Amino acid sequence: MRHLLSTQDLGRADAVRILDTAAQMAATQSREIKKLPTLRGRTVVNLFYEDSTRTRISFETAAKRLSADVINFSAKGSSVSKGESLKDTALTLQAMGADAVVVRHQASGAPHLLAHAGWLDAAVVNAGDGMHQHPTQALLDAYTLRRHLSGTGLTAPGASGPDDAAARGAGLDGRHVAIVGDVLHSRVARSNVHLLHTLGAHVTLVAPPTLLPVGVQTWPCEVSYDLDATLAGDTANGGPDAVMMLRVQRERMSGSGAGGGAFFPNPLEYSRKYGLDARRLGLLAEHAIVMHPGPMNRGLEISAQAADSPRAVIVEQVANGVAVRMAVLYLLLAGSDETDVAPASAAQPVPAVERVPAS
Amino acid sequence: MSSAATTTYVLRGARPLGGEPVDLVLSGGVIAEIAPVGAARAGSEGDGTVVVDATGLVALPGLVDLHTHLREPGREDAETIGSGTRAAAAGGFTAVHAMANTTPVADTAGVVEQVWRLGRDAGWVDVHPVGAVSVGLAGQQLAELGAMADSAARVRVFSDDGKCVDDPILMRRALEYVKAFDGVVAQHAQEPRLTEGAQMNEGVVSAELGLAGWPAVAEEAIIARDVLLAEHVGSRLHVCHLSTAGSVEIVRWAKGRGIDVTAEVTPHHLVLTDDLARGYDPTFKVNPPLRTAEDVEAVREGLADGTIDIVATDHAPHAREDKDCEWAAAAFGMTGLETALSVVQQTMVDTGRLTWADVARVLSSAPARIGRIDAGEHAQGRPLEVGEPANVTLVDPAARRVVDGAGQATASTNTPFQGRELPGAVVATFLRGRATVLDGAPVPAGADARGVRA
Ligand SMILES: [Zn+2]
Repeated sequence: MRHLLSTQDLGRADAVRILDTAAQMAATQSREIKKLPTLRGRTVVNLFYEDSTRTRISFETAAKRLSADVINFSAKGSSVSKGESLKDTALTLQAMGADAVVVRHQASGAPHLLAHAGWLDAAVVNAGDGMHQHPTQALLDAYTLRRHLSGTGLTAPGASGPDDAAARGAGLDGRHVAIVGDVLHSRVARSNVHLLHTLGAHVTLVAPPTLLPVGVQTWPCEVSYDLDATLAGDTANGGPDAVMMLRVQRERMSGSGAGGGAFFPNPLEYSRKYGLDARRLGLLAEHAIVMHPGPMNRGLEISAQAADSPRAVIVEQVANGVAVRMAVLYLLLAGSDETDVAPASAAQPVPAVERVPAS
Repeated sequence: MSSAATTTYVLRGARPLGGEPVDLVLSGGVIAEIAPVGAARAGSEGDGTVVVDATGLVALPGLVDLHTHLREPGREDAETIGSGTRAAAAGGFTAVHAMANTTPVADTAGVVEQVWRLGRDAGWVDVHPVGAVSVGLAGQQLAELGAMADSAARVRVFSDDGKCVDDPILMRRALEYVKAFDGVVAQHAQEPRLTEGAQMNEGVVSAELGLAGWPAVAEEAIIARDVLLAEHVGSRLHVCHLSTAGSVEIVRWAKGRGIDVTAEVTPHHLVLTDDLARGYDPTFKVNPPLRTAEDVEAVREGLADGTIDIVATDHAPHAREDKDCEWAAAAFGMTGLETALSVVQQTMVDTGRLTWADVARVLSSAPARIGRIDAGEHAQGRPLEVGEPANVTLVDPAARRVVDGAGQATASTNTPFQGRELPGAVVATFLRGRATVLDGAPVPAGADARGVRA
């Protein structure tokens, strides 16, 4: 793996390897000393053209726990907005000796361009580009799903803990995941559809027709306009083992005026038809979990009861994000060998440790 | 003005429209003689006659482009009238229509006369400015169409190309008004609300890439409206660069109904598809966008059966920094003057859909007639007959070449055919008897042709 640009580039073996590596990374994070020396002397640049404090902090934490030097380059409001091109920025990062560039950009394809235009030698990690892809989000979602849904058996969340050991090497074969909401504008949905399919899961996209892209029929998933029917298991795949709610960008969605996108009549109708509330929560199987990439619009796509229920693994998704991003940076920068990245043995040399606050 | 103007050229063994070989003699600015091979009466070498070995070469009337962006005035960093028209000559053209979306916009008699004069002074091809339909291309108020028509540039084609005249009243008035001087409105058909933020063809590929889609219906809806408006007011409509199967169907229907509509397709829409966007290379970002394989098949069929009248390049040069960036930030457009004939040969001639006589129609006589430059002192698109202006292009259909944008005559390098092998090569171009290209190399006005050949 040279870059991580899209989940479509990941084969099943690659994907499982990242998830297994993430499990090892997660294990180190329960130690008193969380920091590994693995990427000492390497430089990771967080190049963010779009504000996303959550994603940036997650990548920053991941890189620091691997002892990499981290440079945060917030391109928003910097010289970029005065017309400095992506190319010029790339050449600067090349001159600075960046080993990996984590890029968030409002333009679909910008990470692809950085990786392939010949401006830069660094490994490029896509941290979200336009409406295209957000592969580490999909990987952390898959990791979270795998902890809860594979291995020894399906249990209700909270009834017994998720099982990392049992999940090792596993995919998500036969599991059913419903992804609900604004698929049209969602890089999270695009990334997840392909990755979950690669890992053997069935995916149903649920949205009003206005929020599904033309061309979605070629994606490896089912499409439904009816959330209640999907949750009730009226589909070929039965009821979902997980429901992933997507954020609705309310400001640009509703309204019928010249400025509004008019994707749906109003927020109330949207939440009635596509919001996850207590009643719909009751339609889910015992073991099924509720996910959301955050930040949530409580009361629009997800009610407070649903967001705060024991089924919701939304906070865990955030924590898993660090482990998954550690795994990705490790695999891109440190290794193609098959050895364990973080053996549980105490013999591992960890010089000059430094405490990093948990996120 | 130049010694070359008095040179007599004998094109020995040339095949007019791909037919039997003859000697074509160009003298005094006209086709002076057409004789059996070796029998031309024109003098021998040394008395001002240049004999060109044209064995195996196809002779076509000089090509005419109805849709070129020359960028001057305003964006001389991307192209100038000098570099753009030199590229046109290199591509076998003897006349181009220069689109109005310059800075300032060509919406007054003053600007169109400036463009016309700069083209004349450069001397590579005849430059016919297209006048804007609306002031500043803003779609609000009619530009001074009559003054541009009456100017030295004698404008007959009016277009807000790059922008659609979407206000139906403004479009209606423009169609009506240009009837006074036999003008034509050339519409860039793009419904603006349906294409807000659009980056590429809406479909399977846009869904995968996460680029805002540009639906076929945004083009088709405007064409459907405009053919009905043209019918209602009894005027001439020209549809620029149509790109979808539905657009071809609508034009076919309109022609069947007797509506006075003509249509063009670009070379790139004859061969390239939206799959090329997968690499996010902005070279392939163009307006209208590259469509699907089914659309490509439909436009080829439309060109073959005459529904689509002409091929027009939509040559759209851009400065490197306008393409060397993120897809969403990149400019729309591709260069095309120097590859158009090759693409038409590859997609239409070598596939048996068009003859070379058809190529002469779609790339010369029909665009000249639509632009009303097919008569008078500087007539273009005329048949290859004795007494006609000596606007001639010699093509070697057996040649193969690998396209290299950096080696082209245009000032820009945004060719979508970079690195591709294309068939055919323009060996020579003659503008009223003067060589603008010989042995595949541009010949500046005033250069001694024999010197260049030696
Ligand atoms: Zn146009």
